[in-house]
Amino acid sequence: MTALLEVRDLTKRFGGLIAVNNVSFSVEDKEILSVIGPNGAGKSTLFKLIASFLRTTSGEVLFRNERISNLAPHTVARKGVVRTFQETTIFRSMTVRENVVIAHHLRSRTNLAGYFFGTAAARTDETEFGRSADEILGFLGLDGIKDELASNLPQGHLRALGIAIGLATGPQILLLDEPFAGMNHDETMRTVELVRGVRDRGVTVLLVEHDMPAVMSISDRIVVLNFGEKIAEGTPAEIQENERVIEAYLGSEDDAVGI
Amino acid sequence: MSRTAQLLSVAAFLVAVLVVVPWLIHATGRWDLYYTLTSVALLSIASAGVWLTFYIGRINIGQGAYALMGGYVSAILVVQYGVSFWLTLPIAGIFCACASVLIGLPILRLRGVYFAMITLVLTEVARLLALALPITNGAKGMVSIPLPGGISIFGLTLIPDFATLENVKPAFYYLSVVLMIACYAGLYRLVHSRLGHLCRSLQQNEELASSIGVNIANLRLIAYSISSFLGGIGGAIFVAISQSVYPSSFQVADSINFMLNCFLGGLGYVFGPMLGTLVLYFGWDLLFQTGRFQLLIFSSVLIFLMVVLPNGLLSIRLPGKGKAGQ
Repeated sequence: MTALLEVRDLTKRFGGLIAVNNVSFSVEDKEILSVIGPNGAGKSTLFKLIASFLRTTSGEVLFRNERISNLAPHTVARKGVVRTFQETTIFRSMTVRENVVIAHHLRSRTNLAGYFFGTAAARTDETEFGRSADEILGFLGLDGIKDELASNLPQGHLRALGIAIGLATGPQILLLDEPFAGMNHDETMRTVELVRGVRDRGVTVLLVEHDMPAVMSISDRIVVLNFGEKIAEGTPAEIQENERVIEAYLGSEDDAVGI
Repeated sequence: MSRTAQLLSVAAFLVAVLVVVPWLIHATGRWDLYYTLTSVALLSIASAGVWLTFYIGRINIGQGAYALMGGYVSAILVVQYGVSFWLTLPIAGIFCACASVLIGLPILRLRGVYFAMITLVLTEVARLLALALPITNGAKGMVSIPLPGGISIFGLTLIPDFATLENVKPAFYYLSVVLMIACYAGLYRLVHSRLGHLCRSLQQNEELASSIGVNIANLRLIAYSISSFLGGIGGAIFVAISQSVYPSSFQVADSINFMLNCFLGGLGYVFGPMLGTLVLYFGWDLLFQTGRFQLLIFSSVLIFLMVVLPNGLLSIRLPGKGKAGQ
């Protein structure tokens, strides 16, 4: 079986700093794979490289055996690799529903002139997008606030809206950027359920996170980064036993408390 | 507003500009108002373009460059190649749109004040080019440009030859107003179609827009070229009216005015630039009596309005949602 997404010898340098160093791993169809690591391990950089929001220094990312690294972000999204953003990256002065409807852009079968003249296909699209948006909002528990202006939402709902926008594009693999950051235990557990639900809809999930308990409970497999290098890969149980991982995390905690 | 109320106000507007205004002018004999209102109509076409670039989140202070470009393209084609004015009108628009694609490719990546600064320089570059190029006749400009000829199909006169008209002012008035109506109808349709929603997504967050698969570079170019197309059309008719074009026909001050029209009318309203142009143009003229205080009073009022009504004049009547007037 070939992997859905494959990261091969990926390296990213910022001047003298090597943010991601020769990282390779693959994501199988319909799994939840988490990338974890202490602060500054290169998680976010890796994430942006996969979604092609950054250019690679060397190495490549393959989606269904097709190279997607260094393509324009919208081209990568069109192929089915869609990222979400941390916290408040939404269309702030649109309503929740408008946010999700506009995110159906990739599913439209009309070109820009078609929208302008309001052809039959364009109108069918609009109805279909509205219906699909309502379904997604219901699935994420946002239907009660769909007519709110997005800028008025509390943080928890913003995160869900981010996922809703991602889902609306009809992705094959959804990249979630720290979906649990800044959440309390209850909110985290609810979001964990949401992410499982996303996978059950047939969407492969790759997430970057440093909330350990959440990652352990949700992931099928985990990749651990430290100082830009992959130091471990395996199931949550294997990762918990792994000495290099424990060392990396404990080591960083030692630094944090100044021992 | 309900659908019928919307239709009624559109009808009222059409009757007002196409019937009532000309009738009033004839009744009162204030023929100079034709020229003023024609100018307002043309400037509001160019301002509509600036408004569209605002709609994708770019401050455009370069519309004067395209108005000048459109004016010269039309004048050169009419004078040196004997092309009919009516044909040069779309050519001028398309020429400007093509030029704006070439210019926009590198500069549309910039945002905020950087884009604004480059476009400001653009107007000056256009003026200097008009001075330097051999085909534009330099500082002497082009004068005595013939009036637009007629159009007839199978002996049926669609548009009379402007040179044979007793009074050419109403003809230009109708031409400009009809084009303005078409322009704003198109803009209204664009903004309320999915295309407009995509433009708004661009205005609010380009990274997010590209993550949902919007080709942002492409969309920016489309919006900018439509904007420049409108600038070119407006400029071309202006040149036809004054029958002359100089490098100073459109300058930095004009570019700034196009932008102010949008601010004044309201960036959230399609018909904002139209109202803004009207108020700004007449406001400036009314203040003429104050002599050397004209600019001082004018700019103080503008600053005051921007502080009190940051969302433009239309926000008085239509609070809240970004629904356009009419």
